[in-house]
Order: sequence, then structure tokens, then C-alpha cells
Amino acid sequence: MSEMKLYEVFIRAKSGLNHRHVGSLHASDPEMALLNARDVYTRRQEGVSIWVVEAEKITASNPAQEHEWFDPAEDKVYRHPTFYPLDKEVENM
Amino acid sequence: MQKDLSQYTLRLADSALTMGQRLAEWCGHGPYLEEDVALTNVSLDLIGHAHMFYQMAGAMQEPAVTADDLAFLRDAHEYRNPLITELPRGDFAYTTLKQYFIDVFNLYLYQAMATSTHEELAAVAKKAGMEVKYHLARSEAWCERLSLSTDEAKARIQQALDDLWFYTPELFETDAAMQRLTAAGVAPDYATIQQQWQQRVEPFMALCGLTLPQAGWVATGGLQGEHTEHLGFMLAEMQFLPRAYPGCEW
Repeated sequence: MSEMKLYEVFIRAKSGLNHRHVGSLHASDPEMALLNARDVYTRRQEGVSIWVVEAEKITASNPAQEHEWFDPAEDKVYRHPTFYPLDKEVENM
Repeated sequence: MQKDLSQYTLRLADSALTMGQRLAEWCGHGPYLEEDVALTNVSLDLIGHAHMFYQMAGAMQEPAVTADDLAFLRDAHEYRNPLITELPRGDFAYTTLKQYFIDVFNLYLYQAMATSTHEELAAVAKKAGMEVKYHLARSEAWCERLSLSTDEAKARIQQALDDLWFYTPELFETDAAMQRLTAAGVAPDYATIQQQWQQRVEPFMALCGLTLPQAGWVATGGLQGEHTEHLGFMLAEMQFLPRAYPGCEW
């Protein structure tokens, strides 16, 4: 188990949609991570495609900097795309 | 023909069910959570294959019986699986290598059976064959990793090979009923499957750095209902509930 690495798992639910993060798992290498992801995350028809990424390869923003990074967007409502109606036919926006 | 096919589908069903039951024993005992889920996933696939073959076998009997009747109300000597599928699950290396041998066998078996002149058998083989490709990807990947990793893993999978190798020839045994079905284009030709199996397995064992044992007792008997003592214990556990509470549903 000490050899195991953490992988993040992304699933495409159906053609045309983006891969979405669904969770993580431990595996010895990328191929095993992919096989295990298939068994852990897609056995109830959740997807048609899987990506796995070694968790430590992801460069992430620092949660401690959440306010300085993201708060400034809050008071600039004119940037928010909420001033027009979206047609019903447009899904997955 | 009907009788031959009923017998033959029983052999297919019994093989899949005993493999599936042994894998199910890993539930809660897998080496880690993800693998625990994966092992039992394969188990469910195999029990699904068994169910399809039992339904075929049961419908051909007179009077007709259900898949559950065949799985739960027959004793060990009525089972027709080869001995390798009833062997105890052993350690993870043993389970993995046994699975690999059976997966390669199933791959070529169902590939050939998909062109059977018997429509229903061909349809079941197509569905089962697709799932087996995934099973084989898993067991092959694990064999490679165990063989090429630590000394302990390598020693364990070599031990598994020593213990299992002479159980494999029985996979390709046939009887008169099977030979009639093969001649009629219903069942695959097992001699061809054996060649394909050897051509795939033997180089792969060499690639993994494993040494094939030279001599040993060659297993036989399953096709005649002569089994190891392990099958009786497995059935005792598996059949307890429907035998103690006949007709019970939940």
C-alpha cells in the first residue's frame, strides 16, 4: 500500500459533455488507476469516458488565499452573465 | 441434440458460477477498497453468464427447471465444471493467475461461440465475450505487476503457477456430447481454443519471468462429476439458504 498513489478521476457522462471530477482512488500506476476507476465509478452507467490524473500533478490554488483571489468578482455584477434570458433548448450551460 | 446442448450449457454455467462464487468470497477481503469492488464486479459478471447458461439448460430439460433449481439444488457430483474453477480462492496472486488462465480461455471460447449455428448460444457468447475482454485486461495487468515487482509478489505468483498449471489442460477436455455439438457447428472446437490459449499464455508467462513447472498431476474428472473436496464445501455455503428455506424469496 505504501507504493500506492492518489489519482483524481474524471468521467464524461455522455458524448458532448465535459469530463467532470467525480472522486479519487488509490492505485499503483496510471493503467491500474484507469481500471479501478472503471469499476469504482462507472458500474451504474455513469460514463462513456474516463480520465485519471495523479493528484500530485495537479497545481491547485491555495484555500488560504480564497478571499484575495475570488472576492473581487463578487461586487462587479456587470460581469455576471445573468442579464439575458437563456433559451430552454440550451442545455448544459 | 437437445440433451447434448443441455449438458453442455450446464458445463458452461457451472464453470462460470463456481468462478463467480470464489471471486465473491473476496468481498470485504480485497487488498484495498478499489480492488475489492473490482473483484466483486467481475464476480457479478460471471454469475450473470452462469444465469444465462442455466436458463438455457433449464428450459431444455423435461420437465423444465429454473436457473435457481440448477444452481442451488444439485449436489457436487452433478456439477460439470473443470476442477480449476472450484479451487479455493488462495492468496491474491493465486486468484489473479487463476483468473488470467480462465479469462484467456473464455476469450477464445466465447469468440468462437459467437459464430455458433445455435442463435441463442451465439447471442449469450457475444454478451459474455465483451465482458471477458475487460476481465482479461485486468488479470493480465495484475499478473505483469505481481511478477515484475517485489520478491514476495514474484514468489507468490510463481507458487500459484506451480500449483495451478496442471489444472489447465482439463479446460480443453471434451466428451462425446460436446464433440457431436462441435461437429454440428453449435459448440466451438476445443482443440483450436487450446492452441490459441497456449500461444497466448506461454509467451506471456515468459514475459513475466515465470517458469512453467515441468511435471505434475494433471487434473481431470469435472466433466464426469468427479470433483475435489472443495466443491462440496463451496456448495454447502452457497446452497444453504435455498435448501433450508425452500422457495424463499427476498
